[in-house]
Amino acid sequence: MEFKTVLFYIFSAVTVVAALRVITARNPVHAALFLVLAFFNVAALWMLLQAEFLALALIMVYVGAVMVLFLFVVMMLDINIERIRQGFWNNLPLGGLVGLLMVGEMAVVLSGRYFGLANLPPQNMPANYSNTKELARLLYTDYAYPFEIASVILLVAIIAAVMLTLRRRKDNKAMHSSDQIAVKAKDRMRLVKMAPEVELPVAATKEGDQA
Amino acid sequence: MISLSHYLILAALLFAIGMVGIFLNRKNLIVLLMAIELMLLAVNLNFVAFSHYLNDLSGQLFVFFILVVAAAESGIGLAILVVLFRNLSSIDVEELDSLKG
Repeated sequence: MEFKTVLFYIFSAVTVVAALRVITARNPVHAALFLVLAFFNVAALWMLLQAEFLALALIMVYVGAVMVLFLFVVMMLDINIERIRQGFWNNLPLGGLVGLLMVGEMAVVLSGRYFGLANLPPQNMPANYSNTKELARLLYTDYAYPFEIASVILLVAIIAAVMLTLRRRKDNKAMHSSDQIAVKAKDRMRLVKMAPEVELPVAATKEGDQA
Repeated sequence: MISLSHYLILAALLFAIGMVGIFLNRKNLIVLLMAIELMLLAVNLNFVAFSHYLNDLSGQLFVFFILVVAAAESGIGLAILVVLFRNLSSIDVEELDSLKG
């Protein structure tokens, strides 16, 4: 067996086991960490498929950003695990049936006997071929417009996430900068007219007391 | 020799696991989102495998765009989850019935 074949089987076995643990783990933190493991192994599989840029982007975007976000939220919420697990296995017969049916059908269709999928030769690129460069050439020419739309989608996601979780506190002591700018000099200081105060002569009262 | 169908069957397995996860974790919205991430990962694996075996880089670009949309989706989904937990003190999907659907 070729070494790449061995690597494929190792990575895919770890991926499937990690995915199974994601959906069955008791603790959501463990589920998130197993999902990280699954992402790492799929990134390794993409390396085998010579998609180096996407493999590294998957690790950076998913493991570095999305999964950290998941862990943040999991740790921020105070979840009662026992209540969540109630009736966990009740749905297993239906879910397992649907899942097995899907895998069975896909395996029959995809196993290569009918569509000649097994005959496609893997493409081996020359050593100086740069996956990143080719992707960038395609991305900034043919797909420039979808690229812009993707950036707008990310902007919408940022604004939506911030506005959804924004909470205006009532005891907030922050200044309103527009009020600060609009203030006038005569609002700052008020001159009050009042009668002058005269202190009573201290010595005179003392003498009066004694007399 | 690893053929295209090896990758496709692995992706089908991952997709099915993600779907069974949606069936199992009816009470836990966080793991539900993770199961959706698994299904998206399976689709991306299909795209990359086809892109490699058909020698067409457009498949990898589609994976790029799917990553963007999936990141936006999980960001907004988690924000909704946080707001939900503030209001209901629960992340049970079956308690989300205020719209009487």
